[in-house]
Amino acid sequence: MTFSTHRRGWLRAGLASAGALVLAACDRITNSSRGVAVLQSAEGLTRRAQRLVIDRKALAREFTPADISGDFRPNGSIDPQDPDYLALKAKAFADYRLVVDGLVERPLSLSLADLRGMPARTQITRHDCVEGWSSIGKWTGARLGPLLDRAGLKPTARYIVFHCGDTLEQTLDGSGQYYESIDLIDAYHPQTILAYAMNDQPLPVAHGAPLRLRVERQLGYKHAKYVMRIEAVDDYRHLGRGNGGFWEDRGYEWYAGI
Amino acid sequence: MANPQKVLVYRHAAVTRITHWINVLALTLLLMSGLNIFGAHPALYWGQKATFAHPWISMTAEPQGNRIVGVTRIGSARFDTTGVLGYSGKPGSEEAVAFPSWATVPSERDLADSRHWHFFFAWLFVLNGLVYWLVGLGRGHIAKDLVPTKADVAPRNVWHEIVTHAQLKFPKGEAARRYNVLQKGAYLAVVLILLPLMVLTGLCMSPGFDAGAPWLVDAFGGRQSARTIHFLTAFSIVGFVLLHLFMVVASGTWNNIRSMITGRYAIVPDKTGEAA
Repeated sequence: MTFSTHRRGWLRAGLASAGALVLAACDRITNSSRGVAVLQSAEGLTRRAQRLVIDRKALAREFTPADISGDFRPNGSIDPQDPDYLALKAKAFADYRLVVDGLVERPLSLSLADLRGMPARTQITRHDCVEGWSSIGKWTGARLGPLLDRAGLKPTARYIVFHCGDTLEQTLDGSGQYYESIDLIDAYHPQTILAYAMNDQPLPVAHGAPLRLRVERQLGYKHAKYVMRIEAVDDYRHLGRGNGGFWEDRGYEWYAGI
Repeated sequence: MANPQKVLVYRHAAVTRITHWINVLALTLLLMSGLNIFGAHPALYWGQKATFAHPWISMTAEPQGNRIVGVTRIGSARFDTTGVLGYSGKPGSEEAVAFPSWATVPSERDLADSRHWHFFFAWLFVLNGLVYWLVGLGRGHIAKDLVPTKADVAPRNVWHEIVTHAQLKFPKGEAARRYNVLQKGAYLAVVLILLPLMVLTGLCMSPGFDAGAPWLVDAFGGRQSARTIHFLTAFSIVGFVLLHLFMVVASGTWNNIRSMITGRYAIVPDKTGEAA
Protein backbone atom coordinates (compact mmCIF):
# COMPACT_ATOMS: atom_id res chain seq x y z
CA MET A 1 0.00 0.00 0.00
CA THR A 2 2.63 2.52 1.04
CA PHE A 3 4.79 1.30 -1.81
CA SER A 4 1.95 1.79 -4.23
CA THR A 5 1.14 5.22 -2.80
CA HIS A 6 4.79 6.19 -3.05
CA ARG A 7 4.96 4.90 -6.56
CA ARG A 8 1.86 6.81 -7.51
CA GLY A 9 3.36 9.94 -5.95
CA TRP A 10 6.57 9.45 -7.91
CA LEU A 11 4.62 8.79 -11.07
CA ARG A 12 2.60 11.93 -10.62
CA ALA A 13 5.70 14.00 -9.87
CA GLY A 14 7.43 12.41 -12.84
CA LEU A 15 4.58 13.22 -15.21
CA ALA A 16 4.28 16.77 -13.89
CA SER A 17 7.99 17.47 -14.30
CA ALA A 18 8.01 15.85 -17.76
CA GLY A 19 5.12 18.12 -18.70
CA ALA A 20 6.92 21.15 -17.34
CA LEU A 21 10.04 20.19 -19.32
CA VAL A 22 8.03 19.90 -22.53
CA LEU A 23 6.41 23.28 -21.89
CA ALA A 24 9.79 24.86 -21.19
CA ALA A 25 11.16 23.32 -24.39
CA CYS A 26 8.21 24.73 -26.36
CA ASP A 27 8.83 28.17 -24.87
CA ARG A 28 12.51 27.95 -25.80
CA ILE A 29 11.56 27.15 -29.38
CA THR A 30 9.09 30.05 -29.38
CA ASN A 31 11.79 32.42 -28.15
CA SER A 32 14.44 31.38 -30.66
CA SER A 33 14.36 32.97 -34.09
CA ARG A 34 15.27 29.69 -35.78
CA GLY A 35 12.49 27.84 -33.96
CA VAL A 36 9.91 30.41 -35.02
CA ALA A 37 11.28 30.34 -38.58
CA VAL A 38 10.65 26.59 -38.74
CA LEU A 39 7.13 26.99 -37.34
CA GLN A 40 6.46 29.87 -39.74
CA SER A 41 7.40 27.75 -42.73
CA ALA A 42 3.78 26.58 -42.56
CA GLU A 43 2.66 30.07 -43.69
CA GLY A 44 4.20 29.65 -47.16
CA LEU A 45 2.64 26.21 -47.44
CA THR A 46 -0.77 27.58 -46.47
CA ARG A 47 -0.55 30.48 -48.96
CA ARG A 48 0.53 28.25 -51.84
CA ALA A 49 -2.07 25.60 -51.01
CA GLN A 50 -4.89 28.14 -50.81
CA ARG A 51 -3.80 29.86 -54.02
CA LEU A 52 -3.56 26.45 -55.73
CA VAL A 53 -6.90 25.07 -54.59
CA ILE A 54 -9.06 28.18 -54.54
CA ASP A 55 -9.84 30.18 -57.66
CA ARG A 56 -7.83 33.41 -57.44
CA LYS A 57 -10.93 35.37 -58.42
CA ALA A 58 -13.28 33.47 -56.08
CA LEU A 59 -15.52 35.93 -54.27
CA ALA A 60 -15.94 36.05 -50.53
CA ARG A 61 -19.52 35.26 -49.48
CA GLU A 62 -21.84 38.26 -49.65
CA PHE A 63 -24.76 38.58 -47.26
CA THR A 64 -28.16 40.28 -47.13
CA PRO A 65 -28.94 43.55 -45.31
CA ALA A 66 -30.72 41.47 -42.64
CA ASP A 67 -27.37 39.85 -41.75
CA ILE A 68 -25.57 43.14 -40.93
CA SER A 69 -24.16 43.20 -37.38
CA GLY A 70 -25.58 45.79 -35.05
CA ASP A 71 -22.50 45.39 -32.86
CA PHE A 72 -19.66 45.51 -35.44
CA ARG A 73 -16.59 45.76 -33.25
CA PRO A 74 -13.88 48.29 -34.18
CA ASN A 75 -10.37 47.09 -33.39
CA GLY A 76 -6.81 48.45 -33.40
CA SER A 77 -6.83 52.27 -33.58
CA ILE A 78 -10.34 53.57 -33.03
CA ASP A 79 -9.62 57.26 -32.48
CA PRO A 80 -6.19 58.29 -33.86
CA GLN A 81 -4.50 61.22 -32.10
CA ASP A 82 -1.85 61.91 -34.77
CA PRO A 83 -1.79 65.72 -35.37
CA ASP A 84 -2.06 65.42 -39.16
CA TYR A 85 -5.04 63.14 -38.82
CA LEU A 86 -6.73 65.38 -36.26
CA ALA A 87 -6.28 68.35 -38.63
CA LEU A 88 -8.01 66.45 -41.45
CA LYS A 89 -10.76 65.23 -39.15
CA ALA A 90 -11.41 68.77 -37.88
CA LYS A 91 -12.39 69.79 -41.41
CA ALA A 92 -14.47 66.66 -42.00
CA PHE A 93 -11.74 65.39 -44.35
CA ALA A 94 -12.38 68.17 -46.90
CA ASP A 95 -8.59 68.55 -47.31
CA TYR A 96 -7.98 64.82 -47.50
CA ARG A 97 -5.97 63.60 -50.48
CA LEU A 98 -5.15 59.98 -51.20
CA VAL A 99 -1.66 59.84 -52.69
CA VAL A 100 -0.90 57.02 -55.13
CA ASP A 101 2.78 56.78 -55.96
CA GLY A 102 5.82 54.52 -56.00
CA LEU A 103 6.27 52.31 -59.05
CA VAL A 104 3.54 53.96 -61.11
CA GLU A 105 3.59 55.83 -64.40
CA ARG A 106 1.25 58.62 -63.24
CA PRO A 107 1.26 59.43 -59.50
CA LEU A 108 -2.18 60.53 -58.31
CA SER A 109 -3.59 62.76 -55.60
CA LEU A 110 -7.29 62.10 -55.13
CA SER A 111 -9.91 63.87 -53.02
CA LEU A 112 -12.84 61.98 -51.52
CA ALA A 113 -15.02 63.41 -54.31
CA ASP A 114 -12.56 62.01 -56.87
CA LEU A 115 -12.70 58.62 -55.17
CA ARG A 116 -16.51 58.63 -55.11
CA GLY A 117 -16.43 59.27 -58.85
CA MET A 118 -14.37 56.17 -59.58
CA PRO A 119 -15.65 52.69 -60.44
CA ALA A 120 -17.30 51.58 -57.21
CA ARG A 121 -18.54 48.43 -55.59
CA THR A 122 -20.89 47.75 -52.67
CA GLN A 123 -20.66 44.50 -50.75
CA ILE A 124 -22.05 43.03 -47.54
CA THR A 125 -19.28 40.85 -46.20
CA ARG A 126 -18.11 39.11 -43.06
CA HIS A 127 -15.11 40.62 -41.30
CA ASP A 128 -13.04 37.89 -39.62
CA CYS A 129 -10.76 39.03 -36.83
CA VAL A 130 -7.58 37.08 -36.11
CA GLU A 131 -8.85 36.88 -32.52
CA GLY A 132 -11.66 34.61 -33.68
CA TRP A 133 -14.81 36.76 -33.85
CA SER A 134 -16.71 37.89 -36.95
CA SER A 135 -18.99 40.82 -37.74
CA ILE A 136 -20.96 41.53 -40.91
CA GLY A 137 -20.99 44.98 -42.53
CA LYS A 138 -21.89 46.73 -45.76
CA TRP A 139 -19.06 48.51 -47.52
CA THR A 140 -19.03 50.89 -50.48
CA GLY A 141 -15.80 52.04 -52.06
CA ALA A 142 -13.62 52.57 -55.09
CA ARG A 143 -12.29 49.37 -56.62
CA LEU A 144 -8.54 49.21 -56.19
CA GLY A 145 -7.84 47.55 -59.56
CA PRO A 146 -9.18 50.36 -61.80
CA LEU A 147 -7.52 52.92 -59.52
CA LEU A 148 -4.14 51.23 -59.95
CA ASP A 149 -4.72 51.05 -63.71
CA ARG A 150 -5.36 54.78 -63.77
CA ALA A 151 -1.99 55.34 -62.09
CA GLY A 152 -0.40 52.72 -64.35
CA LEU A 153 1.67 50.14 -62.49
CA LYS A 154 5.24 49.78 -63.70
CA PRO A 155 6.22 46.19 -64.63
CA THR A 156 8.47 45.94 -61.57
CA ALA A 157 5.60 46.57 -59.12
CA ARG A 158 4.82 43.44 -57.07
CA TYR A 159 3.11 44.71 -53.93
CA ILE A 160 0.74 47.51 -52.97
CA VAL A 161 1.54 49.18 -49.65
CA PHE A 162 -1.03 51.12 -47.62
CA HIS A 163 0.42 53.88 -45.43
CA CYS A 164 -2.00 54.82 -42.66
CA GLY A 165 -2.68 57.94 -40.63
CA ASP A 166 -2.72 56.24 -37.23
CA THR A 167 0.07 55.42 -34.82
CA LEU A 168 -0.98 52.23 -33.05
CA GLU A 169 2.12 51.95 -30.89
CA GLN A 170 4.36 54.75 -29.61
CA THR A 171 7.93 53.98 -30.66
CA LEU A 172 11.08 56.08 -30.97
CA ASP A 173 11.79 55.02 -34.56
CA GLY A 174 8.30 55.56 -35.94
CA SER A 175 7.71 51.85 -36.49
CA GLY A 176 4.40 52.14 -34.63
CA GLN A 177 2.74 53.75 -37.65
CA TYR A 178 0.16 51.40 -39.14
CA TYR A 179 0.79 50.06 -42.62
CA GLU A 180 -0.12 47.01 -44.63
CA SER A 181 0.78 45.38 -47.93
CA ILE A 182 -0.92 42.98 -50.32
CA ASP A 183 0.18 41.34 -53.57
CA LEU A 184 -1.28 42.05 -56.99
CA ILE A 185 -3.55 38.98 -56.92
CA ASP A 186 -5.47 40.50 -54.03
CA ALA A 187 -5.04 44.09 -55.26
CA TYR A 188 -6.88 43.25 -58.50
CA HIS A 189 -9.52 41.03 -56.86
CA PRO A 190 -12.97 42.43 -57.70
CA GLN A 191 -13.94 42.76 -54.01
CA THR A 192 -10.80 44.67 -53.05
CA ILE A 193 -12.04 48.20 -52.51
CA LEU A 194 -11.09 51.42 -50.75
CA ALA A 195 -14.23 51.89 -48.68
CA TYR A 196 -15.54 55.37 -47.90
CA ALA A 197 -18.94 54.20 -46.65
CA MET A 198 -20.08 51.62 -44.11
CA ASN A 199 -23.71 50.55 -43.79
CA ASP A 200 -24.72 53.39 -46.17
CA GLN A 201 -23.15 56.07 -43.92
CA PRO A 202 -19.82 57.86 -44.33
CA LEU A 203 -17.13 55.63 -42.83
CA PRO A 204 -17.00 56.28 -39.05
CA VAL A 205 -13.68 57.26 -37.44
CA ALA A 206 -13.61 54.04 -35.39
CA HIS A 207 -13.75 52.03 -38.61
CA GLY A 208 -11.06 54.02 -40.48
CA ALA A 209 -12.48 57.31 -41.80
CA PRO A 210 -12.16 58.61 -44.37
CA LEU A 211 -10.86 55.57 -46.28
CA ARG A 212 -10.08 51.95 -45.43
CA LEU A 213 -9.03 48.92 -47.37
CA ARG A 214 -11.34 45.92 -47.75
CA VAL A 215 -9.45 42.82 -48.84
CA GLU A 216 -12.19 40.35 -48.14
CA ARG A 217 -10.42 37.00 -48.23
CA GLN A 218 -7.97 37.86 -45.47
CA LEU A 219 -8.20 38.50 -41.73
CA GLY A 220 -9.14 41.86 -40.25
CA TYR A 221 -5.67 43.26 -39.63
CA LYS A 222 -4.98 43.31 -43.39
CA HIS A 223 -7.90 45.76 -43.86
CA ALA A 224 -5.83 48.91 -43.24
CA LYS A 225 -7.81 51.86 -41.86
CA TYR A 226 -7.09 55.62 -42.22
CA VAL A 227 -5.36 55.01 -45.58
CA MET A 228 -3.39 58.12 -46.56
CA ARG A 229 -1.06 56.88 -49.25
CA ILE A 230 -0.86 53.90 -51.57
CA GLU A 231 2.59 52.97 -52.78
CA ALA A 232 3.46 50.40 -55.44
CA VAL A 233 6.72 48.64 -54.57
CA ASP A 234 8.83 45.73 -55.75
CA ASP A 235 9.61 44.69 -52.17
CA TYR A 236 8.42 45.69 -48.70
CA ARG A 237 11.49 44.83 -46.68
CA HIS A 238 12.68 48.43 -46.43
CA LEU A 239 9.43 49.45 -44.70
CA GLY A 240 8.75 49.35 -40.95
CA ARG A 241 10.58 46.39 -39.48
CA GLY A 242 10.58 44.63 -42.82
CA ASN A 243 7.68 42.18 -42.65
CA GLY A 244 5.10 44.02 -44.73
CA GLY A 245 2.77 45.34 -42.06
CA PHE A 246 2.29 46.60 -38.51
CA TRP A 247 1.09 43.26 -37.13
CA GLU A 248 3.41 41.31 -39.40
CA ASP A 249 6.26 43.21 -37.71
CA ARG A 250 4.88 41.88 -34.42
CA GLY A 251 4.89 38.23 -35.43
CA TYR A 252 1.64 37.78 -37.36
CA GLU A 253 1.46 36.17 -40.80
CA TRP A 254 1.81 38.35 -43.90
CA TYR A 255 -0.59 36.00 -45.68
CA ALA A 256 -3.65 36.26 -43.45
CA GLY A 257 -5.97 34.01 -45.44
CA ILE A 258 -6.21 31.63 -42.48
CA MET B 1 3.43 -15.64 -12.76
CA ALA B 2 5.00 -16.36 -16.12
CA ASN B 3 2.67 -18.06 -18.49
CA PRO B 4 4.50 -20.46 -20.79
CA GLN B 5 1.62 -20.37 -23.23
CA LYS B 6 1.64 -16.60 -23.63
CA VAL B 7 2.11 -15.77 -27.31
CA LEU B 8 3.19 -12.57 -29.02
CA VAL B 9 1.11 -11.71 -32.05
CA TYR B 10 1.83 -9.00 -34.61
CA ARG B 11 -0.93 -6.56 -33.84
CA HIS B 12 -0.17 -3.13 -35.33
CA ALA B 13 1.35 -2.42 -38.75
CA ALA B 14 4.25 0.04 -38.89
CA VAL B 15 2.07 2.70 -40.57
CA THR B 16 -0.48 2.48 -37.77
CA ARG B 17 2.21 2.79 -35.11
CA ILE B 18 4.07 5.69 -36.73
CA THR B 19 0.94 7.67 -37.55
CA HIS B 20 -0.34 7.01 -34.01
CA TRP B 21 2.70 8.58 -32.35
CA ILE B 22 2.85 11.48 -34.79
CA ASN B 23 -0.79 12.08 -33.90
CA VAL B 24 0.05 12.06 -30.19
CA LEU B 25 2.62 14.80 -30.78
CA ALA B 26 0.54 16.83 -33.24
CA LEU B 27 -2.75 16.64 -31.33
CA THR B 28 -1.08 17.56 -28.04
CA LEU B 29 0.51 20.67 -29.53
CA LEU B 30 -2.61 21.52 -31.53
CA LEU B 31 -4.70 21.38 -28.36
CA MET B 32 -2.27 23.43 -26.28
CA SER B 33 -1.69 26.08 -28.95
CA GLY B 34 -5.43 26.07 -29.64
CA LEU B 35 -6.19 26.84 -25.99
CA ASN B 36 -3.79 29.79 -26.26
CA ILE B 37 -5.48 31.02 -29.47
CA PHE B 38 -8.89 30.72 -27.80
CA GLY B 39 -7.58 33.09 -25.10
CA ALA B 40 -7.53 35.94 -27.64
CA HIS B 41 -11.34 35.93 -27.63
CA PRO B 42 -12.58 33.52 -24.95
CA ALA B 43 -16.20 33.36 -26.07
CA LEU B 44 -18.12 31.22 -28.55
CA TYR B 45 -21.18 31.87 -30.69
CA TRP B 46 -23.48 30.17 -33.18
CA GLY B 47 -24.06 31.38 -36.74
CA GLN B 48 -21.91 33.45 -39.10
CA LYS B 49 -21.24 36.42 -36.84
CA ALA B 50 -20.44 37.08 -33.22
CA THR B 51 -23.22 38.32 -30.94
CA PHE B 52 -20.85 39.92 -28.46
CA ALA B 53 -23.41 40.45 -25.70
CA HIS B 54 -24.64 36.85 -25.86
CA PRO B 55 -21.95 34.21 -26.28
CA TRP B 56 -23.15 30.68 -25.44
CA ILE B 57 -19.97 30.17 -23.44
CA SER B 58 -17.41 32.66 -22.15
CA MET B 59 -14.50 32.81 -19.74
CA THR B 60 -13.72 36.10 -18.05
CA ALA B 61 -12.01 37.61 -15.02
CA GLU B 62 -14.32 39.76 -12.90
CA PRO B 63 -13.96 41.75 -9.69
CA GLN B 64 -15.86 40.26 -6.76
CA GLY B 65 -15.56 42.18 -3.52
CA ASN B 66 -11.87 43.04 -3.15
CA ARG B 67 -10.55 40.15 -5.23
CA ILE B 68 -10.71 38.96 -8.82
CA VAL B 69 -12.41 35.72 -9.76
CA GLY B 70 -12.43 33.62 -12.90
CA VAL B 71 -15.93 33.19 -14.24
CA THR B 72 -17.15 30.70 -16.83
CA ARG B 73 -20.62 31.27 -18.22
CA ILE B 74 -22.59 28.69 -20.15
CA GLY B 75 -25.87 30.17 -21.28
CA SER B 76 -27.29 31.86 -18.20
CA ALA B 77 -25.40 29.60 -15.77
CA ARG B 78 -22.39 31.17 -13.99
CA PHE B 79 -19.54 29.14 -12.51
CA ASP B 80 -16.66 30.33 -10.35
CA THR B 81 -13.65 28.75 -12.06
CA THR B 82 -10.91 30.81 -10.39
CA GLY B 83 -7.50 29.19 -10.74
CA VAL B 84 -8.43 27.19 -13.83
CA LEU B 85 -10.65 29.08 -16.28
CA GLY B 86 -10.80 32.86 -16.67
CA TYR B 87 -8.27 33.79 -14.00
CA SER B 88 -5.24 31.74 -13.01
CA GLY B 89 -1.52 31.73 -12.32
CA LYS B 90 0.99 31.34 -9.52
CA PRO B 91 -0.01 33.12 -6.28
CA GLY B 92 0.83 36.80 -6.70
CA SER B 93 1.05 36.64 -10.48
CA GLU B 94 -2.44 35.55 -11.46
CA GLU B 95 -3.77 36.96 -14.71
CA ALA B 96 -6.93 37.15 -16.74
CA VAL B 97 -6.50 34.28 -19.16
CA ALA B 98 -8.98 31.69 -20.46
CA PHE B 99 -6.86 28.58 -19.89
CA PRO B 100 -3.97 28.37 -17.39
CA SER B 101 -0.41 28.77 -18.66
CA TRP B 102 0.48 25.13 -17.87
CA ALA B 103 -2.09 24.04 -20.47
CA THR B 104 -1.02 26.31 -23.33
CA VAL B 105 1.79 26.57 -25.89
CA PRO B 106 3.48 28.95 -25.61
CA SER B 107 2.85 29.22 -21.88
CA GLU B 108 2.34 32.99 -22.10
CA ARG B 109 -0.73 34.27 -23.90
CA ASP B 110 0.56 35.09 -27.39
CA LEU B 111 -1.81 34.89 -30.36
CA ALA B 112 0.87 35.32 -33.05
CA ASP B 113 3.16 32.58 -31.74
CA SER B 114 0.38 30.16 -30.82
CA ARG B 115 -0.93 30.50 -34.40
CA HIS B 116 2.51 29.55 -35.73
CA TRP B 117 2.51 26.44 -33.55
CA HIS B 118 -1.06 25.61 -34.48
CA PHE B 119 -0.67 25.85 -38.25
CA PHE B 120 2.69 24.04 -38.32
CA PHE B 121 1.26 21.07 -36.45
CA ALA B 122 -2.01 21.32 -38.38
CA TRP B 123 -0.04 20.59 -41.55
CA LEU B 124 1.77 17.69 -39.87
CA PHE B 125 -1.56 16.37 -38.59
CA VAL B 126 -3.24 16.62 -42.01
CA LEU B 127 -0.36 14.99 -43.91
CA ASN B 128 -0.15 12.27 -41.25
CA GLY B 129 -3.89 11.68 -41.52
CA LEU B 130 -3.68 11.43 -45.31
CA VAL B 131 -0.95 8.78 -45.06
CA TYR B 132 -3.06 6.83 -42.55
CA TRP B 133 -6.15 7.07 -44.72
CA LEU B 134 -4.46 6.19 -48.02
CA VAL B 135 -2.55 3.25 -46.59
CA GLY B 136 -5.49 2.19 -44.42
CA LEU B 137 -7.86 2.13 -47.36
CA GLY B 138 -5.33 0.66 -49.77
CA ARG B 139 -4.31 -2.22 -47.52
CA GLY B 140 -7.77 -2.74 -46.14
CA HIS B 141 -6.86 -1.91 -42.51
CA ILE B 142 -9.92 0.27 -42.11
CA ALA B 143 -12.31 -2.19 -43.78
CA LYS B 144 -10.78 -5.31 -42.22
CA ASP B 145 -9.93 -4.19 -38.70
CA LEU B 146 -12.17 -1.22 -37.94
CA VAL B 147 -15.51 -1.68 -39.70
CA PRO B 148 -17.65 -3.85 -37.39
CA THR B 149 -18.84 -7.21 -38.71
CA LYS B 150 -22.41 -8.39 -38.63
CA ALA B 151 -21.61 -10.53 -35.59
CA ASP B 152 -20.00 -7.48 -33.92
CA VAL B 153 -23.14 -5.37 -34.10
CA ALA B 154 -25.54 -8.08 -32.94
CA PRO B 155 -27.28 -6.54 -29.91
CA ARG B 156 -26.36 -9.50 -27.73
CA ASN B 157 -22.66 -9.05 -28.56
CA VAL B 158 -22.75 -5.28 -28.06
CA TRP B 159 -24.41 -5.74 -24.67
CA HIS B 160 -21.91 -8.44 -23.73
CA GLU B 161 -19.01 -6.10 -24.58
CA ILE B 162 -20.52 -3.24 -22.61
CA VAL B 163 -20.96 -5.45 -19.54
CA THR B 164 -17.48 -6.99 -19.71
CA HIS B 165 -15.86 -3.59 -20.34
CA ALA B 166 -17.69 -2.16 -17.34
CA GLN B 167 -16.28 -5.02 -15.30
CA LEU B 168 -12.85 -4.33 -16.83
CA LYS B 169 -12.70 -7.91 -18.12
CA PHE B 170 -10.89 -8.11 -21.41
CA PRO B 171 -10.97 -10.79 -24.11
CA LYS B 172 -8.40 -13.57 -24.09
CA GLY B 173 -7.31 -16.09 -26.66
CA GLU B 174 -8.54 -15.82 -30.20
CA ALA B 175 -10.89 -12.93 -29.43
CA ALA B 176 -7.99 -10.76 -28.24
CA ARG B 177 -6.46 -10.78 -31.71
CA ARG B 178 -9.11 -8.45 -33.03
CA TYR B 179 -10.63 -5.22 -31.88
CA ASN B 180 -13.96 -5.71 -30.14
CA VAL B 181 -17.02 -3.81 -31.26
CA LEU B 182 -16.60 -0.99 -28.73
CA GLN B 183 -13.01 -0.43 -29.80
CA LYS B 184 -13.99 -0.50 -33.45
CA GLY B 185 -16.79 1.97 -32.84
CA ALA B 186 -14.57 4.33 -30.82
CA TYR B 187 -11.64 4.22 -33.24
CA LEU B 188 -13.88 4.63 -36.28
CA ALA B 189 -15.66 7.57 -34.69
CA VAL B 190 -12.30 9.24 -34.07
CA VAL B 191 -10.76 8.44 -37.46
CA LEU B 192 -13.92 8.94 -39.51
CA ILE B 193 -15.71 11.74 -37.67
CA LEU B 194 -13.82 13.64 -34.97
CA LEU B 195 -10.42 14.11 -36.61
CA PRO B 196 -11.81 15.08 -40.05
CA LEU B 197 -14.26 17.38 -38.27
CA MET B 198 -11.34 19.18 -36.61
CA VAL B 199 -9.72 19.82 -40.01
CA LEU B 200 -12.92 20.91 -41.74
CA THR B 201 -14.14 23.24 -38.97
CA GLY B 202 -10.61 24.62 -38.72
CA LEU B 203 -10.57 25.36 -42.44
CA CYS B 204 -13.98 27.04 -42.18
CA MET B 205 -12.44 29.68 -39.92
CA SER B 206 -10.12 30.67 -42.78
CA PRO B 207 -11.53 33.57 -44.82
CA GLY B 208 -9.41 32.48 -47.81
CA PHE B 209 -10.77 28.94 -47.71
CA ASP B 210 -14.33 30.19 -47.19
CA ALA B 211 -14.23 32.07 -50.50
CA GLY B 212 -13.56 28.75 -52.23
CA ALA B 213 -15.98 26.57 -50.26
CA PRO B 214 -18.79 28.70 -48.82
CA TRP B 215 -21.07 25.61 -48.93
CA LEU B 216 -18.95 23.94 -46.28
CA VAL B 217 -19.25 26.96 -43.98
CA ASP B 218 -23.02 26.78 -44.52
CA ALA B 219 -22.98 23.08 -43.71
CA PHE B 220 -21.62 23.93 -40.26
CA GLY B 221 -24.03 26.85 -39.87
CA GLY B 222 -21.54 29.71 -40.30
CA ARG B 223 -18.01 30.66 -39.30
CA GLN B 224 -18.80 31.17 -35.63
CA SER B 225 -20.63 27.82 -35.53
CA ALA B 226 -17.58 26.22 -37.11
CA ARG B 227 -15.43 27.76 -34.35
CA THR B 228 -17.82 26.41 -31.72
CA ILE B 229 -17.82 22.92 -33.28
CA HIS B 230 -14.01 23.06 -33.51
CA PHE B 231 -13.89 23.69 -29.76
CA LEU B 232 -16.48 21.01 -28.86
CA THR B 233 -14.83 18.44 -31.11
CA ALA B 234 -11.44 19.20 -29.57
CA PHE B 235 -12.83 18.40 -26.13
CA SER B 236 -14.56 15.29 -27.47
CA ILE B 237 -11.12 14.13 -28.58
CA VAL B 238 -9.73 14.98 -25.14
CA GLY B 239 -12.54 12.84 -23.69
CA PHE B 240 -11.66 9.98 -26.04
CA VAL B 241 -7.97 10.21 -25.11
CA LEU B 242 -8.74 10.09 -21.38
CA LEU B 243 -10.93 6.99 -21.84
CA HIS B 244 -8.33 5.48 -24.18
CA LEU B 245 -5.55 6.00 -21.63
CA PHE B 246 -7.73 4.52 -18.89
CA MET B 247 -8.39 1.41 -21.00
CA VAL B 248 -4.70 1.13 -21.89
CA VAL B 249 -3.83 1.02 -18.19
CA ALA B 250 -6.75 -1.24 -17.28
CA SER B 251 -5.99 -3.81 -19.98
CA GLY B 252 -2.23 -3.96 -19.51
CA THR B 253 -0.13 -0.82 -19.74
CA TRP B 254 3.17 -2.26 -20.97
CA ASN B 255 1.64 -4.82 -23.30
CA ASN B 256 -0.37 -2.07 -24.98
CA ILE B 257 2.50 0.40 -25.16
CA ARG B 258 4.85 -2.26 -26.52
CA SER B 259 2.32 -3.24 -29.18
CA MET B 260 2.09 0.38 -30.34
CA ILE B 261 5.91 0.61 -30.49
CA THR B 262 7.09 -2.79 -31.76
CA GLY B 263 3.77 -4.08 -33.06
CA ARG B 264 3.90 -7.18 -30.82
CA TYR B 265 1.00 -7.83 -28.51
CA ALA B 266 0.95 -10.60 -25.91
CA ILE B 267 -2.11 -12.78 -25.83
CA VAL B 268 -3.05 -14.94 -22.86
CA PRO B 269 -4.87 -18.14 -23.77
CA ASP B 270 -8.49 -18.37 -22.71
CA LYS B 271 -9.95 -20.98 -20.35
CA THR B 272 -9.85 -23.81 -22.84
CA GLY B 273 -6.07 -23.54 -22.90
CA GLU B 274 -6.12 -22.70 -26.57
CA ALA B 275 -2.90 -20.86 -27.36
CA ALA B 276 -4.68 -18.59 -29.79
